[in-house]
Amino acid sequence: MKLRIKFTKSGVMVFIGHLDMMRYFQKAMRRAEIDIAYSQGFNPHQIMSFALPLGVGVYSDGEYLDIEANSITSSEDMCRRLNEVMVEGVTVESVKLLPEQAKNAMSLVAAADYIITFREGHAPEGFSMEQFLKFCSQESIVVTKQTKKNTREIDLKSYMYEVKASEEGIYMMIGAGSANNIKPDLIFNAYAEHSGIAMDEFALMVKRLDLYADLAPEEQHKFVSLESLGEDFYE
Amino acid sequence: MRKQALSDEILLKIEKPARYIGNEVNSVTKDLSQIDIRFAMCFPDVYEIGMSHLGIQILYDMFNQWEDVYCERVYSPWMDLDKIMREQNIPLFALESQDPIKDFDFLGITIQYEMCYTNILQVLELSKIPLEASERTWEHPIVIGGGPCAYNPEPIAEFFDLFYMGEGETTYRILMDLYKEHKAKNSSREEFLRAAGKLPGIYAPSMYEVTYKEDGTIEEFKPKYEDMPETVKKEIVMDLTDSYYPEKPVVPFIKATQDRVVLEIQRGCIRGCRFCQAGMIYRPVRERDVNMLKDRAYKMLKSTGHEEISLSSLSSSDYSSLGELVNFLIDEFKGQGVNVSLPSLRIDAFSLDVMSKVQDVRKSSLTFAPEAGSQRMRDVINKGLTEDVIIHGAGLAFEAGWNRVKLYFMLGLPTETEEDIKGIAYLSEKIAKRYYEIPKDQRNGKVQIVASSSFFVPKPFTPFQWASMNTKDEFLHKAHVVNSTVKEQLNKKSIKYNWHEADVTVLEGVFARGDRRIGKVILNAYKKGCLYDSWSETFRNDLWMEAFEEENIDILFYTKRERSLDEILPWDFIDVGVSKEFFKKEWQRAKEEMVTPNCRMACQGCGAASFGGGVCFEAKN
Repeated sequence: MKLRIKFTKSGVMVFIGHLDMMRYFQKAMRRAEIDIAYSQGFNPHQIMSFALPLGVGVYSDGEYLDIEANSITSSEDMCRRLNEVMVEGVTVESVKLLPEQAKNAMSLVAAADYIITFREGHAPEGFSMEQFLKFCSQESIVVTKQTKKNTREIDLKSYMYEVKASEEGIYMMIGAGSANNIKPDLIFNAYAEHSGIAMDEFALMVKRLDLYADLAPEEQHKFVSLESLGEDFYE
Repeated sequence: MRKQALSDEILLKIEKPARYIGNEVNSVTKDLSQIDIRFAMCFPDVYEIGMSHLGIQILYDMFNQWEDVYCERVYSPWMDLDKIMREQNIPLFALESQDPIKDFDFLGITIQYEMCYTNILQVLELSKIPLEASERTWEHPIVIGGGPCAYNPEPIAEFFDLFYMGEGETTYRILMDLYKEHKAKNSSREEFLRAAGKLPGIYAPSMYEVTYKEDGTIEEFKPKYEDMPETVKKEIVMDLTDSYYPEKPVVPFIKATQDRVVLEIQRGCIRGCRFCQAGMIYRPVRERDVNMLKDRAYKMLKSTGHEEISLSSLSSSDYSSLGELVNFLIDEFKGQGVNVSLPSLRIDAFSLDVMSKVQDVRKSSLTFAPEAGSQRMRDVINKGLTEDVIIHGAGLAFEAGWNRVKLYFMLGLPTETEEDIKGIAYLSEKIAKRYYEIPKDQRNGKVQIVASSSFFVPKPFTPFQWASMNTKDEFLHKAHVVNSTVKEQLNKKSIKYNWHEADVTVLEGVFARGDRRIGKVILNAYKKGCLYDSWSETFRNDLWMEAFEEENIDILFYTKRERSLDEILPWDFIDVGVSKEFFKKEWQRAKEEMVTPNCRMACQGCGAASFGGGVCFEAKN
């Protein structure tokens, strides 16, 4: 059975990197006595995959991992058992059952939304919300993106689905996942360069709100939360 | 929200911030208003190394079971953070509360190897505790050292207020009570140290003085006050089954060197190898009951979520219920995706059978520790392993499908000759030959033998404590002899020979048998910038050599010089339970190439029976 687990990350846990979060959840599965399936072979490993790595220093209200389980109880029970073995800063929000044919979170993720604020004492001088939103509303924003092997030009605008000011900070929904992954810093850096303001490397406090699949990628996009693709289950 | 001693900016800038944030699974949080004593437990190396140490896990659990004590952990900040803390004047802090170490009552430092001595000074300095104990006041924690290097505490004596000789489970409770009592009656720090120094196993170095003869050897070592004990006897736990052992060890977020549940099956070793300090200072052998270990295996795997479990001891093959325990672990946990990782076992039918159950034979390697290449040399060091046994074990393993072998040797052992040195190459060759005796269609490709040698360092409380140690040039020359002999042999392509760094070994030799005069060299080297000396990327031999020169300390006096049997050795005031007479007798037998039977074969009257238990009384039960 395929299960999707949604969790949040806050406090000092934002300093734990992706690989260590994977290790953390592998051990948490054992502590919570989740009946997770193992691969075959001499060194079996848990069948588990994460939707999208979260950068060190980034907070999140919506992280996901999918697991394969041999047996299940109820969403509520499994969620409670996991939370009993979590540390401060990681909370399991939900455990959902996926249809047998469901694709895993990693291959589905197409977009993410974020709230961005400036870290205390690091707000860039001369930053204007109005100017920033204006910058984001241009027809195209071409930047050069550094990849492992080379640099290439991309138009950020094709991956920026929504940018607005909100009460908590700047809200943006942007492309995520293997095909069209961009990060909020990329947009801010482009803006800083464009407007000639200096922004230091610690300026942004980024919180991811949720991850989305795109049910209509060929058309006008239809983004749905990864959580909504699974269902609650009962004993 | 948890307190954070380091700002976000620092945590985002440094390598592996998880080393410094605490918050790990099973780490302990206590209400500070409900406790009397704050104890900071330190392993003076980087987090991943320190978190792998079983002793701290045991003591951390023990202290925190006591309602009036809160024990927290602290490790050496890595070089990157070290620099930032100095620049920004950030005091070193404990992981759990993130509070400065300076505010604690005790700073306990485990001293596992000599090359961590500069890291001890780093921890003190970053904590803003005066490096020299004589400059400390009640403003500062009581700095107490323990662990194997405490068995010759003299080179670092001036940096510590107290040392604890032996196993921490016994005297710490008494020490905590004594501390509370002295705090309540407003004693001076010195009064407390003087009282503590009379407790079993506790050494208060400031209460003793040393004088030297003209030739540099010790004239006299004696207490400054009549009421201080002349000798300090090590403390050990006699019943390891009914004792402290954690059910919920702390689980690091980042991968520690030991990322698994560890079951300590016994303490001590019956073998009596003459080079081995652990085999002497942890006498007598005491086993833990197999049922207790089975119970802890369940509890610790459940509470940590680790995917691996392993056994710890000096010589696991000698544990009397090994077969029962190992088979239990395999039957019980293997099917649940838990790896059973076996310690180094004597290679025989039993060990090959269990190894084939838990490892992929084609991918794993077998380890032999002959320690010396020739039979003569093995007799000198009392390594009761014959060539026949090694070749036979290797043959069994090769026939069962293994084709990778690791061999561990030492160079520079007492009485070593050219033939003994070349013996390392010869033995490796014989093992390779044994592999090729298997018909070609039945063997698994080529054999791969990796032979490694470390350089021998004579240690206190061993029969070799009087021995001459080789110089760097002698060591390297010997390694080249082995290497060129390997290269001349038929199976040279199947054998890879490695040898250790010699500069570090020389320093270990000085510290291992050093006296109080070495302290100023350590301080000098630290001030020049020496830190993390056990890490090859940070080790600075040039600075160390400058420090020795500036302090006018002759390295050869401490390494090369063979001690006479009547010399007062810096550690003579410590009683490990094994008598000096026994060491002398064993030193003599070594020179005569005579093997001494192990504790289970025939008691040699070493003195450890004075503890009243363990293997010494096994036959009598």
